[in-house]
Amino acid sequence: MKYKTEIDIAINKFIGKKGALIPLLQNAQDIEGYLSKEIMSYISETTGIKLAHIYGVATFYTMFRLKPQGKHIIRVCKGTACHVSNANSIMNEINNQLNLSSEEDTTKDGNFTVMSVACLGCCSLAPVIMVDDNTYGKLTPDSIGKILKKYE
Amino acid sequence: MSLVIKVGLASCGLAAGAGEVYDAILKHIKKNKIDAEVKKTACIGMCFVEPLVEIYKEEKKSITYGDVTPENVGDIIDAFSKGKPVEENVIISNILKGSENKTFKKQKRIVLRNCGIIDPVSINDYLEKDGYSALEKSMKNMSREEIIDEIKNSGLRGRGGAGFPTGLKWQFAYNAQNEKKYIVCNADEGDPGAFMDRSVLEGDPHSVIEGMIIGAYAIGADEGYIYCRAEYPLAIKHLEIAIEQATEKGYLGNKIFGTDFNFELHIKKGAGAFVCGEETALMASIEGKRGMPAIRPPFPAQSGLWGKPTNINNVETFANIAWIILNGAKEYAKYGTEKSKGTKVFALAGKIKNSGLIEVPMGMSLRDVIYDVGGGMKTERPFKGVQLGGPSGGCLPVELLDTIVDYDSINKTGAIMGSGGMVVMDTSSCMVDIAKFFLNFTQNESCGKCTFCRVGTKRMLEILTRISEGKGKMEDLDTLEELSENIKKGSLCGLGQTAPNPVLTTLKYFRKEYIAHIKDKTCPAGVCTALIKYEIIEDKCIGCTVCAMKCPVNCISGERKQVHYIDQNACIKCGACYDACKFDAIKKG
Repeated sequence: MKYKTEIDIAINKFIGKKGALIPLLQNAQDIEGYLSKEIMSYISETTGIKLAHIYGVATFYTMFRLKPQGKHIIRVCKGTACHVSNANSIMNEINNQLNLSSEEDTTKDGNFTVMSVACLGCCSLAPVIMVDDNTYGKLTPDSIGKILKKYE
Repeated sequence: MSLVIKVGLASCGLAAGAGEVYDAILKHIKKNKIDAEVKKTACIGMCFVEPLVEIYKEEKKSITYGDVTPENVGDIIDAFSKGKPVEENVIISNILKGSENKTFKKQKRIVLRNCGIIDPVSINDYLEKDGYSALEKSMKNMSREEIIDEIKNSGLRGRGGAGFPTGLKWQFAYNAQNEKKYIVCNADEGDPGAFMDRSVLEGDPHSVIEGMIIGAYAIGADEGYIYCRAEYPLAIKHLEIAIEQATEKGYLGNKIFGTDFNFELHIKKGAGAFVCGEETALMASIEGKRGMPAIRPPFPAQSGLWGKPTNINNVETFANIAWIILNGAKEYAKYGTEKSKGTKVFALAGKIKNSGLIEVPMGMSLRDVIYDVGGGMKTERPFKGVQLGGPSGGCLPVELLDTIVDYDSINKTGAIMGSGGMVVMDTSSCMVDIAKFFLNFTQNESCGKCTFCRVGTKRMLEILTRISEGKGKMEDLDTLEELSENIKKGSLCGLGQTAPNPVLTTLKYFRKEYIAHIKDKTCPAGVCTALIKYEIIEDKCIGCTVCAMKCPVNCISGERKQVHYIDQNACIKCGACYDACKFDAIKKG
């Protein structure tokens, strides 16, 4: 299994601690970029937590991803303030520039994954997107191209 | 006397480019050998003019500049050093005439007392502002009962939204007989349009931690959790640093102030589920389970985390505690109305001029909050409605602008105070679309446990979608109301019980707009794409080709200097042509 050493370190850090499953899965996701079937099974075997429980938790929370994701994550804020400031046009422009259809969220070259999030808490700068850990505000569809270029 | 330069580096500031400004300042003072201390601070609440830079030699004679850029910050510093400060973009100043700030004048800052003033990751800054002296006072001079009584007498109510009296909540946890108790801070600020808790955690994490320690001491808890959204990386980072510092200084850990009181504090990162803002769901999530709400009773005060008595309060509630202990319940109760004491922090957003964070005494009218403190509307378009309380709240029209801001007055309108999000809308917002937006949100976030919430919100969303596409029937409005009542009754937790509020309030106050969608098949605000059409006005089109170039689906044709034409079948109604046309030659209708 890929990343076995890293996952073992993560498991050892949390094993036996109460309420450790979510932080453990967050850690595992940070390592591989998503939660693969293989990793979830391995965690289940090593910790004794039932696979059904792990899968249940992983599918309940929106931050857990069960599919590989792109190198850069674009989070498009769809909060109220962004919605009334036309966040939809920003989303359309991003999908347009990255040639993503409405069913796809990751570009073919694996460079970007686009997702919408409920609120990034930067409402005064609406509409806002976050690329990896960087937030960009007061956007117009015209400003998208320049931002995406930085991550190509 | 050396110069002090403070830069606001909270998430909002950073997004506006404050990081670059900070670097430019360091470069400028190094290059010109200026004797200055450059300090980092967080958000003072005036997000609309970020990046903000405060500059002074004596703290009482300071100037705060807004919209600062890496290019102009050098001039600002040089001019100030020479005693001739730049007079443009002054936001707050007590030395320049005419820049007295209305935004601040009507505010009373208790929760935000240190935000944007201190360096949030410096415990010494916090200690200088009487930090941890409330903890010392409560542990050395007060009994546990006295602390709880003080909070009760202050009239403080839970700032997370529901407004349950905090002192009473503490009393229940105190009364529970158990050797092990927990205290939890709910920092899972999930309401879209609300960012009060983020700002407090980023800007003054110690105030929340101090409030929690006082609470833990009062109820007899020895372990605590802060459950924070993972979408707030900076808040989590500041909390981690603050916990480490407080432990080092002995405010956390064993034998605090030499007593037998021990307290250990952990941070739990959320994983993205709105329902986890509900206290029983939040506890399930801390335990590592799916965050689904449980039936109450038993209440957390009897059986909470891992079956032990647990007290849960919101970030803003905890941030009030130290102030109340230091200044007294009476002083706190001076602010506010009969049943809602103290102040409330609001996040102003949407089409308002001064968007950002404000803290006002309860009892102020919505009109004063929006027009005096918030500076009124951002554009020429008139006010249409204000959305309070996020997905659990409602939209209030212009006729209700004189409603007083307190828990009970707002509840009467059908909206709720909620955690304090206030999104102002002008005539470019469609109320059917807003109701649909919130329903879509709650429908996505419903955990699926209760049938009414799971299926009922889905049916409501289908009806709203139908109406927004011009396929609605008048009976749909009755069905929406009936479903709303049933969902309210048939749901276990706050998410389901309040999910219909956005629909009910818009139906009550903006019914005409629904009827326009159903009967006239039009969207008066021009938002619902199925009901709008873009057309080129032949007389005005000069054939500049800009619209054709902007169109993402190439559905606009026409030769240069000839009238252009939109192919209605291919048009996706994105509005790009409408925004691009400089000759008002495109009609939206």
